[in-house]
Amino acid sequence: MRVRNPLVMDCGIYHTSYRHDMAILSAPAARIKVLVLVALLLVFPWVVNPYYVGVANLIGIAAIGAVGLNILTGFTGQISIGQGAFMGVGAYTAAILTAKLGFSFWVALPVAGLVTAAVGAAFGIPSLRLKGLYLAIATLAAQIIIEFVIVHWTSLTNGAAGMVVSRPSIGGLVLNTNQSFYYLVLALAVAAIVFAMNLMRTKVGRAFMAIRDRDLAAAVMGINLFKYKVLAFAVSSFYAGIAGALWGHYMEVISPEHFTIAVSVEYLAMIIIGGLGSVLGSVYGACFIILLPIILRGAAGYLAAGIPGIETIMLGLQHAFFGLIIILFLIFEPEGLAKLWKNIKDYFKLWPFSY
Amino acid sequence: MDFFLQVFVTGLVVGSIYALVALGFVLIYKASDVINFAQGQLLLVGAYVSLTLAATYNVPFLLAVLCALVGSIVLGLAIERFILRPFIGEPVIAVIMATIGLSSFLGGLIQVIWGTETRTFPQVFPTAPVHFGPAAVSQVYLWSLGLSILLLVVFSAFFKYSSTGIVMRATADDQTAALSMGISVKKVFGLTWAIAAVVAAIGGILLGNINGVNSSLAQIGLKVLPVAILGGLDSIPGAVLGGIIIGLLENVVGGYLDPLVGGGVKEVIPFVVLVIVLMIRPYGLFGKEIIERV
Repeated sequence: MRVRNPLVMDCGIYHTSYRHDMAILSAPAARIKVLVLVALLLVFPWVVNPYYVGVANLIGIAAIGAVGLNILTGFTGQISIGQGAFMGVGAYTAAILTAKLGFSFWVALPVAGLVTAAVGAAFGIPSLRLKGLYLAIATLAAQIIIEFVIVHWTSLTNGAAGMVVSRPSIGGLVLNTNQSFYYLVLALAVAAIVFAMNLMRTKVGRAFMAIRDRDLAAAVMGINLFKYKVLAFAVSSFYAGIAGALWGHYMEVISPEHFTIAVSVEYLAMIIIGGLGSVLGSVYGACFIILLPIILRGAAGYLAAGIPGIETIMLGLQHAFFGLIIILFLIFEPEGLAKLWKNIKDYFKLWPFSY
Repeated sequence: MDFFLQVFVTGLVVGSIYALVALGFVLIYKASDVINFAQGQLLLVGAYVSLTLAATYNVPFLLAVLCALVGSIVLGLAIERFILRPFIGEPVIAVIMATIGLSSFLGGLIQVIWGTETRTFPQVFPTAPVHFGPAAVSQVYLWSLGLSILLLVVFSAFFKYSSTGIVMRATADDQTAALSMGISVKKVFGLTWAIAAVVAAIGGILLGNINGVNSSLAQIGLKVLPVAILGGLDSIPGAVLGGIIIGLLENVVGGYLDPLVGGGVKEVIPFVVLVIVLMIRPYGLFGKEIIERV
């Protein structure tokens, strides 16, 4: 007779067919869990205050960008300090298409992704010769050059003044509430996550991981390094472009200061804290990094209301905290929240008879 | 012509400070293969500490500078001990991200302690400009140029002749061999970080005397990257020459192009150079070319 803990998943899974073996969610409990989670996400905007729905939108958008960066850095091993600028390319492409040229958002969104993918691939070309720190420096140069172009190509981008964009609409329905925009973000975020998870199970994804683990060995095994490295940059930038376009149309105003190197560092922090090389980890990291300043600000509101210059101090504390957390995670749990969560689950799988 | 001379001299001075900061950067890379993205924050800490002592507590300028340098030594040692040491032997990508985290951490703390508004040093250098033919140069610039050159000479001599310098070069060359010769690699790493922090602080104090101190000064820490890459990441003469070339380029090109595109060229020119160098000669002017064999 099997003794099992009714609260948790089965320990062992027997695959009886290839179909079963290939499924992302092979255990029935996991399938039920995901269905419940999706249901909760669908009803979420109607049971909480619209402010939290707005926060959830930001998390969803950040999650798309973070998954993209994780494909590049976590799965392919190509470190990038330019995700903020690539998001800027997406946001500005979409804004120019909708606000200046009058295209629909639904055309602008994929075009923004493709344009950003092209820009990202162009900056990824040096990655064939450069690795590790040289590549990090090259992407930093990309960040600074793109920022410069956004600020100084005023005829196209309005420079430092920024651009005003309007919320997208479906048919006659304008997505001008947090709730309605939430469903757009949710749909795109889920698509982004599922695509990334599946990508990593294909030939392309395996090539990415082979390059990460040892690029010379990968080349010897017949992987075209140039093709796959540039492809990783393109896919990652496509994600960044979509996230940027969404962000712009959600905030309704964009300006260069939203796409600085600090943003790139935030995205790096997301994937480090969430877990390098884990798609769901990127989502955990996005939640963490978006919620952290909100919680900090809330705490400060109670503790230090009325102290002059509290905004600057909060911003400084936030950066210091990001930095500290990046370092602590790198030292103590390089695989991030995803691994921590897995450890917790593993512990309870055998609970209370774990040894 | 007058204009050219003016931007040329400015470029030379700024370049010499870049060279100084890049020196610290190259040192860390040479000794421990670590790229330090927090160099700009180290510079800022040195500038702020000396400024606070001199301006708020009325400590004599030289004493304030001395205190700032001692503080930088402690900071450098602490960074090496608590942050970098756990990363010995870790992949380079983890180390890069750790120093990015460090720069965010230090930058945030600096903002909490000193805020964001620009602060100026009390008057130390005389204000009357010195004239070289048609170009007027303020005395601060000359002092920084002179000090930078002096420090570069001192450090070059230190690495060439002193036993500590030779130990550091040995560690940079081959850590295992250095260990087997009885050299404490950990101590060398600590010393490297201390020297880098001191050099950065001196650069920060000089720059602070020229433009005042605010958080944007930390961007020098990023500009050091093009300097170091151009000169060759592991070459001290390269850092010096790279610093001067970048300083001249950004000021001369920026001086002529800024009015045409509405400013900011100075900030981006070094990075355009960086991309070009990375494309055609990633190991820079004097760097060691690494050939990968299977």
